Amino acid sequence: MEKLKRMSGQFGIAWAKWVIKRRWIVLILSILTFLAMGFGMSKLAFDGDYRVFFSKDNPQLQAYETFQRKYTQDDNVLIVVEPKDGKTFSKESLAAIEQLTTDSWQTPFSSRVDAITNFQHTYAVGDELYVEDLADNVGERNPDEIQKIKKIALSEPLLVNRLLNEKGTVSAVNITVKLPGEAITEGPEVTAYVREMVAKFEEAHPNLKTHLSGMIMLNSAFFEASAQDSSTLIPLMFLAIVLTIFLATRTISGTFSALLIIIFSIAAGMGFAGHLGIKLTPPSGAAPIIIMTLAVADSIHILITLMQGMRRGLPKREALIESLRVNFMPVFITSLTTVIGFLSMNTSEVPPFRDLGNITAVGMIAAFLFSVTALPAMMAILPVRVKVKEATVARSNKFFESIADLVIARRMPVLITSLVIIFGFGYLAFQNQLNDEFIKYFDSKISFRQDTDFISDNLTGIYNVEFSLGSGEPGGINNPGYLQKLQDFERWLEQQSEVIHVNSYAEVARQVNQSMHGDSLQYYAMPTNREEAAQYLLLYEMSLPFGLDLNNQINVDKSESRLTATIKNISTLEMVAFAKRAEEWLRSNTPANMHTLGISPTMMFAYLSGRQVLSMVTGTGLAIVLITIVLIFALRSLKYGLMSIVPNITPIAVGFGIWALLEGSINVGVSIVFGMTLGIIVDDTIHFLSKYLLARREHGYSVADAIKYAFTTVGRALLVTTIVLVSGFAILAQSSFGMNSGMAKMTSIIIVVALIIDFLLLPALLLVFTPEDKEEKLQAQPVASTE
Amino acid sequence: MKIVKLVIALLVFASTIQAQSPEEKGLSVARAADKADQGFESSLVNLKMVLRNKQGQESTRFMENKTLELTEDGDKSLIVFKSPKDVEGTATLTFTHKTTSDDQWLYLPAIKRVKRISSDNKSGPFMGSEFAYEDLSSNEVEKYGYKFLKNEQFNGSNNAVVEQDPVDPKSGYKRRVVWYNLDKNYRLEKIEFYDRKNSLLKTLTYSDYKQYEGKYWRAGKFLMVNHQTGKETELFFEDWDLKSGLADTDFSQNSLRRAGR
Repeated sequence: MEKLKRMSGQFGIAWAKWVIKRRWIVLILSILTFLAMGFGMSKLAFDGDYRVFFSKDNPQLQAYETFQRKYTQDDNVLIVVEPKDGKTFSKESLAAIEQLTTDSWQTPFSSRVDAITNFQHTYAVGDELYVEDLADNVGERNPDEIQKIKKIALSEPLLVNRLLNEKGTVSAVNITVKLPGEAITEGPEVTAYVREMVAKFEEAHPNLKTHLSGMIMLNSAFFEASAQDSSTLIPLMFLAIVLTIFLATRTISGTFSALLIIIFSIAAGMGFAGHLGIKLTPPSGAAPIIIMTLAVADSIHILITLMQGMRRGLPKREALIESLRVNFMPVFITSLTTVIGFLSMNTSEVPPFRDLGNITAVGMIAAFLFSVTALPAMMAILPVRVKVKEATVARSNKFFESIADLVIARRMPVLITSLVIIFGFGYLAFQNQLNDEFIKYFDSKISFRQDTDFISDNLTGIYNVEFSLGSGEPGGINNPGYLQKLQDFERWLEQQSEVIHVNSYAEVARQVNQSMHGDSLQYYAMPTNREEAAQYLLLYEMSLPFGLDLNNQINVDKSESRLTATIKNISTLEMVAFAKRAEEWLRSNTPANMHTLGISPTMMFAYLSGRQVLSMVTGTGLAIVLITIVLIFALRSLKYGLMSIVPNITPIAVGFGIWALLEGSINVGVSIVFGMTLGIIVDDTIHFLSKYLLARREHGYSVADAIKYAFTTVGRALLVTTIVLVSGFAILAQSSFGMNSGMAKMTSIIIVVALIIDFLLLPALLLVFTPEDKEEKLQAQPVASTE
Repeated sequence: MKIVKLVIALLVFASTIQAQSPEEKGLSVARAADKADQGFESSLVNLKMVLRNKQGQESTRFMENKTLELTEDGDKSLIVFKSPKDVEGTATLTFTHKTTSDDQWLYLPAIKRVKRISSDNKSGPFMGSEFAYEDLSSNEVEKYGYKFLKNEQFNGSNNAVVEQDPVDPKSGYKRRVVWYNLDKNYRLEKIEFYDRKNSLLKTLTYSDYKQYEGKYWRAGKFLMVNHQTGKETELFFEDWDLKSGLADTDFSQNSLRRAGR
């Protein structure tokens, strides 16, 4: 075993000598590698489609795609028009909305435009059926006619709470688009067109303010959130890193070299994504920040030892060799565990997080390689100035000594208190609720959030649940029995507190029936004869204009119809509960062919974090096993390797417990952290235990003295790296995208908790579970064999 | 002899169009096509419509179509639906007009009443198919503005490609591009439909042509493909009965009721 240790040291020395000798070749090769990998970045593209968050085999996605094939695939842009004087039904506002509706047909890939003005108003005069735009040629209408339009619109169930609010102060134009899905630029093209259109619209009509929402705008918001992060967080991160490295190492050439290493590592990770054609998404777009945060540690370790050696008076070359001798193995092992942690994200249910894991893993591998090649090569080339001085005992060592003394003196109370606190937080962790309301992914800096909040407050809901209700036979939607059940379901939904609006074919069927009976109110009901219903539908369909047909509500052979329930802003758990209640209602009140599941993008997100947590169990389990094996080898002890599981896992439980107190709800981004934080926090344990074991094995210290030794040698370094990591993740926590900020916040908490646990619980565990009187052998002993 | 005459006529025609503007040239092609089809008096045909979505699921319906040729105004047509069973006997009667909105009535056998459709909307889907009503109604010259684009070889024949801009503001189309077969008496070979934002929406291809009465070309099959939704509709025509002896009285509201029985 000692041989191995010596061998690794010798390997470090040989490596360093080789690199220093061939420093120019090493540097040039590094730069060439950087360029080759970095070239991939030119192929990077951003995919903002919300569907990227769902794996191909996600059952909710599949159900929704099947649903869309039955009707029409509809992504949409909702343009909400708010007259500043609150009068939607003034001649000016209405005429402007009519024009906006006409212009909206020019939107790229648009297939349908719905507004209050082109709403197909149906009425009868004798045996004549009129189906026409509710408001056309508004400019030529007199006040009475406009009043009439207002009256009809405000009593129209298909408009109110959907495209018009109850007071008539806000209305909307909904553009349905069908993206061919051939290029990822299609969505942004729509956004650009609509934004320009509404900008001109607002300019021409100063009284009218617009707000944009809908799935296309959601997709744009993903892009914008990511762009916002890149433009604000990445520069901030660079600043933080330069400062940290300089303060920790006090060398300009070293800071410069480390910065290059970090840039190389980011280029490798991101270039890897580009070469493989991985599309950027908000989560994977956060990879540079995470790589920066983690890569900085490697450089700092090597530079600190270099500078310490030079301050002691060693020549640069010798100090560099010494630094690699000491650091090669620890840097390798901590990089390895971090890579394992990030690779464990591959079991994630959410593809962008798999990408994030892989990009970061590649970045970390690159960071390790560059840190042991390009970094020493550059340090060998660049001048390093340093003042030789007496090694001063850091003041802070006193602080770490006092922690050591405290734990040693009160080992049992510390152990018991820690465990009680851990179990307490562990219990709290289960009080967290999963919630993925996608609007809340965005903070108020993103216009999508502001506009969508406005719409939720003033017009309609953003979330919905879709049902495709089957009749069991072609043409069966005209069956009076089916229509009656459809109406019953509609009425039931309308009574539910979550529901804002119900849109279904039932309303059309009632209105046409009424018009076919001379607009008599008593016929505002379902047709009672199948042939009648079918023929009315035929008549009605023939009367509809281009793009406003019923293909989005009725399938091709008229065997199924679609019902959309718009719901309030409630948590996704409540959404799932609501959908289950509706599904249950269908099962108890309708024939089997009408039993169906509630689906929609809203529901896809609602089920996402639950599936995510399940999928991460495998990944995290695998990461724990692999990392523990790495630790067993690194510490060369089965006992300590296994013991390390406690300080490695408990911080995560405590972190989630603290989260329950602070936030209480977990989104997909937060639920991803298990594996990745494990790979990061394990470093603390490795450093602490390896120094402890060094003291025990090489110096023959007692348990208490070895703990003191570990505290004084690595206590400060652990504190410094924790500060670096927490500040990095704290910067990422400022992200305007909730998955990223949640993930970063949670990671910061866990990293801090991990340090505390390593400083208190770990030494207490060592003290309590090591037989003090027996001289411990180097060979492993099971944890259980205690006093 | 007939063919020789036709070729001479064509040559004369070709020489005259040299000096025309694209608009005039387009209009003259449309007029020539209209003229070429004149004189069939009336037609009677049974047809089958097959709707197919992107996944290949099909839905079939049957109908019967009667047309009465009019020269001073647009043609009159009567369509009787034979299936699906729910709408069996439902019939539409349409008077197309050259310059004003068409008149349309529908007979609903379930309530035994004729309803008049007072809607300017003629661009919605016909029976849920990819055909809009306006795609199927008679091609009156006055309904479009024209622009000759080019001559093109298409399916081994010489074609004139003409752009048509609908006069009706309610049309679902910004323009149509029509292939007229100059070798086959101006029969239509293909139409491309561009939506309001000028993107290609649909393509209609005519095939299985047969010549009737030694003059009139009638297609046995229309295929309409919607490029934006991936859906398509086929129309299959049984043998056409031209000069079928139908009279104005066969295109009245009473005949509409009768047809439905």
